[in-house]
Amino acid sequence: MSEPLLDVRHLSRRFDVSPPWLNRKLERTGKVYVNAVKDVSFSVKRGETFALVGESGSGKTTIARLIVGLLEPTEGEIVFDGQSLSRGLQGREARRLRRRFQMIFQDPLASLNPRWRVTDIIAEPLRAFERGMNDRARRLRVGELLTLVGLSPEDGVKFPHQFSGGQRQRIAIARALAAKPEFIVCDEPTSALDVSVQAQILNLMKDLQDEFGLTYVFISHNLQVVRHMANEIGVLYLGRLAEVGESEALFEHPRHPYTRMLLDAVPDIDMTGRRRKKVEGEIPSPLRPPPGCPFNPRCPFANDRCRIEVPGLTPVGLQAAACHAVEEGRI
Amino acid sequence: MTEPLLSVRNLAVEFPTRHGILTAVQDISFDIMPGEVLGMVGESGAGKSMTGAAIIGLIEPPGRIARGEIWLRDQRIDNLPPEKMRKIRGRHIGMIFQDPLTSLNPLYRISDQLIETIRTHLPVSRDEARKRAVKLLDDVGIPDASRRIDDYPHQFSGGMRQRVVIALALCAGPELVIADEPTTALDVSVQAQIIEVMKELCAEHGAAIMLVTHDMGVIAEAADRVAVMYAGRLAEIGPVRDVIKDARHPYSQGLMGAIPRLGESLERLVHIPGSMPRLNAVPPGCPFNPRCPKVFDKCRTHRPATSEIEPGRRAACWLYPGVTEA
Amino acid sequence: MTMENAPAAKPIAPPRPKGRLRQALDSDIFYSYRRSPVTIVASIVAVSLILMAILAPWIAPHDPFNPASLNLMDGFTPPMSQSAFGDNWFLMGADNQGRDVFSTIMYGSRVSLFVGAMATLFAITLGVTLGLTAGYNGGTVDAIIMRIADIQLSFPGILIALLIFGIARGVIPANQQESMAIWVLIVAIGLSNWAQFARTVRGATMVERQKDYVSAARIIGVHPVLILIRHILPNVLGPVLVIGTIGLALAIIEEATLSFLGVGVPPTQPSLGTLIRIGQQYLFSGEWWILFFPAVTLVLLALSVNLLGDWLRDALNPKLR
Repeated sequence: MSEPLLDVRHLSRRFDVSPPWLNRKLERTGKVYVNAVKDVSFSVKRGETFALVGESGSGKTTIARLIVGLLEPTEGEIVFDGQSLSRGLQGREARRLRRRFQMIFQDPLASLNPRWRVTDIIAEPLRAFERGMNDRARRLRVGELLTLVGLSPEDGVKFPHQFSGGQRQRIAIARALAAKPEFIVCDEPTSALDVSVQAQILNLMKDLQDEFGLTYVFISHNLQVVRHMANEIGVLYLGRLAEVGESEALFEHPRHPYTRMLLDAVPDIDMTGRRRKKVEGEIPSPLRPPPGCPFNPRCPFANDRCRIEVPGLTPVGLQAAACHAVEEGRI
Repeated sequence: MTEPLLSVRNLAVEFPTRHGILTAVQDISFDIMPGEVLGMVGESGAGKSMTGAAIIGLIEPPGRIARGEIWLRDQRIDNLPPEKMRKIRGRHIGMIFQDPLTSLNPLYRISDQLIETIRTHLPVSRDEARKRAVKLLDDVGIPDASRRIDDYPHQFSGGMRQRVVIALALCAGPELVIADEPTTALDVSVQAQIIEVMKELCAEHGAAIMLVTHDMGVIAEAADRVAVMYAGRLAEIGPVRDVIKDARHPYSQGLMGAIPRLGESLERLVHIPGSMPRLNAVPPGCPFNPRCPKVFDKCRTHRPATSEIEPGRRAACWLYPGVTEA
Repeated sequence: MTMENAPAAKPIAPPRPKGRLRQALDSDIFYSYRRSPVTIVASIVAVSLILMAILAPWIAPHDPFNPASLNLMDGFTPPMSQSAFGDNWFLMGADNQGRDVFSTIMYGSRVSLFVGAMATLFAITLGVTLGLTAGYNGGTVDAIIMRIADIQLSFPGILIALLIFGIARGVIPANQQESMAIWVLIVAIGLSNWAQFARTVRGATMVERQKDYVSAARIIGVHPVLILIRHILPNVLGPVLVIGTIGLALAIIEEATLSFLGVGVPPTQPSLGTLIRIGQQYLFSGEWWILFFPAVTLVLLALSVNLLGDWLRDALNPKLR
């Protein structure tokens, strides 16, 4: 077991979604906040993949953006290799830290500037971090990166719209790798892609991880994909961690009722005859989360305690779950 | 053997552009039996949605049906004037789209939209139409339907909205429902509910479904037969269990292998190298030949037609005897 | 399946982009240009007028500002006729001082175009800068800039220009007023036109700023000013080009209006507006050509530039393609 590279401690993020000042005064309403992420803690080991799984409104993308510094946390701390990132990544230290992590986004078309040639897109991190590099060396490096992700150096002169979705994601990966980072946050990197292309990209990401010893935080709504990629998994529901643990254990013995429900909802591709269980209800609006355990309105095991008291993560077996019923041994 | 409900014969859809004519759908033939669920899978740009749009007569100009025929029972519908086609849509063919908000007008109450659709197609009074609408909403699983029918679309959640769209598609009692990516915009835990509702209701009303999706999981669960499309052509068509367990076309084989499964972990997935050709660069011969692991000389020069390889199964691949040239 | 990601033995750099001209000739914009006869005619008219203006000192048959070459006795010579006192030939007649109208139009368009182009450039620079700032920062900065723009847009542009002109009269010493007049005019017209650029750019910036290519640049710590210039600016320039073209036509008309009112360029450097003002004094005494030809030139110039703007808007709008 290796040391954690990233440590997320009691992370919370609140968004102000109030109507404008004048409307508030006229309608005599107060400010409105959404707790997109509430008290989330986990750690990611060097060279491994930690997956965050959740549906819409679970706060998974917010966590991704918090980690790379696109958002600042309301509470809590993110510690990267022993150094706290909570001061919003400023000053001289910042550049040294920044070059060690990168992000890959969901929609490769939106994450590549449509007016830039591929060479310039991939070279952007080099311009930022390798100030001493001359133009020739930079272009050689771009050619190397394009080859690495399965494109050809000649593709560098093209614009993003001249590529297919999968190729665009390869370009985004090449850009992420340009400054040789150790740690990459991947926000739904394949959910905009077709299945056969998804397989290519997932394989590529695994190969690169093996080759460069990369550490991934992998965000997805797709349990099958996560199963293929992750060493450890955190299941998010309405901004809180419902369950966290080693991938194998979590898939073998899901503890939290929400995790079980998610697993049951996975379509039966091999037609083993298992029927998808009909799950009741839908995710409540994050604007008005239910009191107590956020999952209680849909949970078959909910009792009065679940409707009042928010459960904390407690260790069960090889993982930890935030569930009163599990803690009390009712399930 | 019963008569097919829908029969598509040698359909081709073309888009004239300044660089020449793009063929989005090429020489496709299939039938849908009454009450049957036909799944249609393929990657984006494979022509699956275009086939659906051709059937309901909603191809956006300058696209057009260049060749082929579409028959709904004994009526040819591919060359009908727009006015007549409008009557067929809704009455005989219902539609469910990926984004519920494209089918629901945000400015009208659900009740207005349902009642109007029912009364456009069926000779019933307003009261009767409303009763029918409430019953339908109840059937698709909208709680407290008699009250919620007067709400506006934005007052429903994503899953509930898609249920309303299903009710809207079924309200005039169509024989065929074309569902284009009906669950793609929904959360995993809601997808299963919607598929179930759609399947049950169509079975109850005796409506056949053409289910267009990129999600093999949805097909496996809902479809009776599946058609696999590639680069505007039908690569393979057959009973869903056979195609999933024992795909014949190398493309469908690759597609099945590429789907990550829950049972296996941390292994490399099987993947098909390369990507689907753009419509303006479809190679000669079999369109899949540059990516095919089993390619041989004939594949590069001769284009296989989608031909019967065994009873009930058709494929467009030179590996199988009896496949003819297109 | 095969490992297709193995690095190549020898690294190859991507080639440098080539053939801008060929690319341009193959582009959708050029295609839509070739398909629109109105646009082709408009561009021919606009280009000839602009060339005429730029090359005026070399190609004009007379130099209307050289007193030596003028003969007051040529005054009011009708179009298409010879001077009664020399071998001068007047295509569009001569004005009250015996200047060749055709030549004054060429020189006048020169002033009009210069003022219009500079004013539009000034309005674009100001509007785009403020729009980018407002759209990227949001919050209070955005609120202040946009409220100023709102106030500005609720006045007719010509009023604002007049106001600025009046202030400048009071501030600039009298002996410099003559030489500064053109620049005051440019600033006045520019300041009355910036708001629409600011509005458009702000809206587009707010959309672009949300996109992940901006996030990717922020993650590696690119300075916000560089993000605005390198990433966002190229993506919001399309609509600016369109309003800029139409704005050029408007600025030319605005300049003509101001000069017509007598507050524009000094009479020693007549613009199309000045020529029209001079001409309208003689309209009722039968010397129609002094007004008619400058007015037609102004209409042709404004119309052709406007049509080009319209075409550009359609060509750049993916929904209309």
